[in-house]
Amino acid sequence: MTTQAFQRIYTKITKITKATCTLKATGVGYDEMAVIDGKRAQVVKIDGDDVTLQVFAGTEGIPTNAEVVFLGKPPVLKVGPELAGRFFNAYGTPIDDGPEVSGEEREIGGPSVNPVKRMQPSKLIPTGIAGIDLNNTIVTGQKIPFFADPDQPYNQIMATVALRAEADKIILGGMGLTHDDYLYYKNTFDNAGALNRIISFINTTENAPVERLLIPDMALTAAEYFAHDCNEKVLVLLTDMTLYADALCIVSNRMDQIPSKDSMPGSLYSDLAKIYEKAVQFHEGGSITIIAVTTLSGGDITHAIPDNTGYITEGQLFLRKDTDISKVIVDPFRSLSRLKQLVIGKQTREDHPQVMNTAVRLFADAANAKTKLENGFDLSDYDERTIAFAHDYSEKLLAIDVNIDITTMLNTAWELFSKYFSKAEVGIKQSLVEKYWHNN
Amino acid sequence: MDKNYKTTGSVVGVISNLVTVKVDGPVSQNEICYVKLGDTDLMAEVIKIIGDIAYIQVFESTRGLKVGATVEFMQHMLEVTLGPGILSKNYDGLQNDLDKMDATFLKIGEYTNPLEDDKLWEFSPTATLGDKVTAGDWLGSVKENWIDHKIMVPFSFDKEYIVKEVVPAGKYTIKDTIAKLADADGHTINVTMTQKWAVKKPIKVYKDKPMPAKVLETGVRTIDTLNPITEGGTGFIPGPFGCGKTVLQHAIAKQAEADIIIITACGERANEVVEIFTEFPELIDPRTGRKLNDRTTIICNTSNMPVAAREASVYTGMTIAEYYRSMGLRVLLLADSTSRWAQALREMSNRLEELPGQDAFPVDLSAIISSFYARAGFVHLNNGKTGSVTFIGTVSPAGGNLKEPVTESTKKAARCFYALSQDRADGKRYPAVEPIESYSKYLDYEQVQNYLANKVSPDWVNEIMKTKNIILRGKEAKEQINILGDDGVPIEYHLRFWKSELIDFVILQQDAFDNIDANTPMERQKYMLELILSICDAKFNFDSFEEINPYFKRIINAMKQMNYSEFNSENFNKYLNDVNQTLQERRVE
Repeated sequence: MTTQAFQRIYTKITKITKATCTLKATGVGYDEMAVIDGKRAQVVKIDGDDVTLQVFAGTEGIPTNAEVVFLGKPPVLKVGPELAGRFFNAYGTPIDDGPEVSGEEREIGGPSVNPVKRMQPSKLIPTGIAGIDLNNTIVTGQKIPFFADPDQPYNQIMATVALRAEADKIILGGMGLTHDDYLYYKNTFDNAGALNRIISFINTTENAPVERLLIPDMALTAAEYFAHDCNEKVLVLLTDMTLYADALCIVSNRMDQIPSKDSMPGSLYSDLAKIYEKAVQFHEGGSITIIAVTTLSGGDITHAIPDNTGYITEGQLFLRKDTDISKVIVDPFRSLSRLKQLVIGKQTREDHPQVMNTAVRLFADAANAKTKLENGFDLSDYDERTIAFAHDYSEKLLAIDVNIDITTMLNTAWELFSKYFSKAEVGIKQSLVEKYWHNN
Repeated sequence: MDKNYKTTGSVVGVISNLVTVKVDGPVSQNEICYVKLGDTDLMAEVIKIIGDIAYIQVFESTRGLKVGATVEFMQHMLEVTLGPGILSKNYDGLQNDLDKMDATFLKIGEYTNPLEDDKLWEFSPTATLGDKVTAGDWLGSVKENWIDHKIMVPFSFDKEYIVKEVVPAGKYTIKDTIAKLADADGHTINVTMTQKWAVKKPIKVYKDKPMPAKVLETGVRTIDTLNPITEGGTGFIPGPFGCGKTVLQHAIAKQAEADIIIITACGERANEVVEIFTEFPELIDPRTGRKLNDRTTIICNTSNMPVAAREASVYTGMTIAEYYRSMGLRVLLLADSTSRWAQALREMSNRLEELPGQDAFPVDLSAIISSFYARAGFVHLNNGKTGSVTFIGTVSPAGGNLKEPVTESTKKAARCFYALSQDRADGKRYPAVEPIESYSKYLDYEQVQNYLANKVSPDWVNEIMKTKNIILRGKEAKEQINILGDDGVPIEYHLRFWKSELIDFVILQQDAFDNIDANTPMERQKYMLELILSICDAKFNFDSFEEINPYFKRIINAMKQMNYSEFNSENFNKYLNDVNQTLQERRVE
């Protein structure tokens, strides 16, 4: 390996664990990158002249006399317009046989935006999916994950949303992606002719899990370049954040930290927040919107990963299979977009907020009626009608394969209200009912 | 030991933001120090000392920090600067003025002045020569926005003093001497408009702290009507994510009948703070007709800002609140969310390798939370005036489970409990405050009962209890119906259930995004509750349970329209008429 003048080389390693190496060294900075036996590592602890390195690819085969070179800087990414259309690994090295990217070197995981320099997110991102646009409208600068069981088609839905969102740049951060999913994204974007707007940072299941920890910061450093320096509308896709958190867990475990809930590190909330809070709307027009995937285990959202995520993100899109129509729907109960209030009824039609809430309430009534049915009770006429409504509502609006504009969604909802209910049962503001009720 | 000599040290170890320093002199627990990293100074606090090794938590990222870096100890604890100019400011957790920072991204080691040193304030003196004064006594005042900002004898003055000089009315900066005080030994001390105070020390310049008696109106029906909070009271709002904690807190911040609102965004989303930044300068306080921003200070340490400063942010907020309370003002302090603060404590305790308590939280969590809540309260000042700090914190229980340590510890400390329920949120029944589990212990206070009897109506507390009972019976009826089936129970059960639904839809549920419905004054709350109770008391004639549902839905619908209309307006009366007509159809006299 060629070395430069400022790099310092050490060869005396005193301790090796599965993920870390400790050696005697001086003048080393916290968070600094190093190369040990050809593997990338980062300083995670300094105690006098004992320096502990976290080796991303694992310590297998590292001897006690391995060569350690400190690079004198934290992990960096070279940013510039040339990033567009390229594929990189977790260290920001091209994996698409293209040339090295030239550009300014930026530290990844840099400081956060001053809150007073942020702008309130205000621009609606239409996706054509009613479960999102009608019930859980997304805006630029928002951060929102899909909560999905591993068997659900979240990667397909993310790709669809990304392509419909009309972003200037789409940045894909793939963590523990299977090779097939990686190819799926690549092909989908390629077929849509969008490859030149895509930048990908990929860690597949073939790579070391701990390397994943660099992916979100790499993707977001690139995103900050395009959104802040170039004033572009950037959409960042992070999949799958559960695998990211698992990697955090591995590291904290090997550093002998006391685990908190679900054996996750106590700092999980802050670790995830540092990533998601990079979502921002700048005054100058650029924005970073983050859509992520958090896979669940059996729909359990009380597990530490989805739970902490839910407290950080501005809502969540909960995917589940609706047995009535045998399709995947965006669950209206468990899904939420916190920023929808900023646009619904303002950038969309005035009746949007009330129509949305009423439809969900009636859908809840249907769920109660179904419980009654399961318990073997007779259904009232109202119950019957809510069940019929719920079926149509799932089929025509909630299903993930719906692709219509928001006004059509609202009209469809009114059509269903008028078909199954009386005006009093719907309970919407009188002035709106007069205007939009069908056949009145 | 020479007081001017500052202890210094050098870094010997770094793990994330926990840094160990070998020191060359005395250091005290919680002392502030600065770590040199290149050209920048990183602020830090001493959290543990063993021999000549001080463990410090750095309030910034320690990236690039090396062994041997120099550390300078400041001989004081974490302090805030108190003085005119705090209102309408946006601070970070360490009281840096965020608007004074130019860069888009926060710069490590950038600290800005919380106040304006050169701004002139119109001072009018109230103290006269020869007055005997002690800490917290008023010497004069300046107009801060429209609030009378009292200039007080600094809180750290621990003796009795005689006023030797007060400047005449006029324009002064916060650095100018506005009074000279002499102590018993004849030493003269200059007083300016500004002073510093260590955030972890409660400000206790009051005579006594009586039981709270006055109710603090929030305009939120489920709070004011069912579980009122008092001026100087404490409450907390636990709830899983997506249940509307923040929306509820913002509604309280906008509407509460307080003079000063301090909002501490502690480890929460930046966009929520941006919402306040954007909306508050535009919104008008319905009570005073002034801009909401004029009475508000925001302390924001969002989730991506340094974790250690999160803990500081709640104390900074409380200290500023106590400062304004000493001026005889009613202050409302909101913190969202105290769980994030507890998590910050957990992260540090973990790095210090302390033996963990439940869920890896530090074992003294409960004590820390209690002593923080204890700083709120209604006080009699030395001059006979009153002031209050009302504190409402949110709690974000992990997994929505209210049996976790932060919720349980807070429950012991706070007097009002507003539990947000996932079921209510799922059914879009907002605000999702669970009416049966939630409580206000203030309703048991004789003082509060008397206050409500005078202020609202002599029978009010009984009416509240009756309302709660109807809700509970409705819930029980619902359970019976679910078990036995619609026709397996007497019609009376359906009636009970629908009466509770009536209360739910008309009183408990409130549209925070509708201009009229969002804020309900007490007079209107009383009117609606009494109207509803008269319906609940009435006897109805139904032949089958199937008639009840559509009938009550009509009443609910008409009453919801009343909620959306101006009180006593033409529309309001029109819908009231609808209600009365509907009632006549089936009511049995």
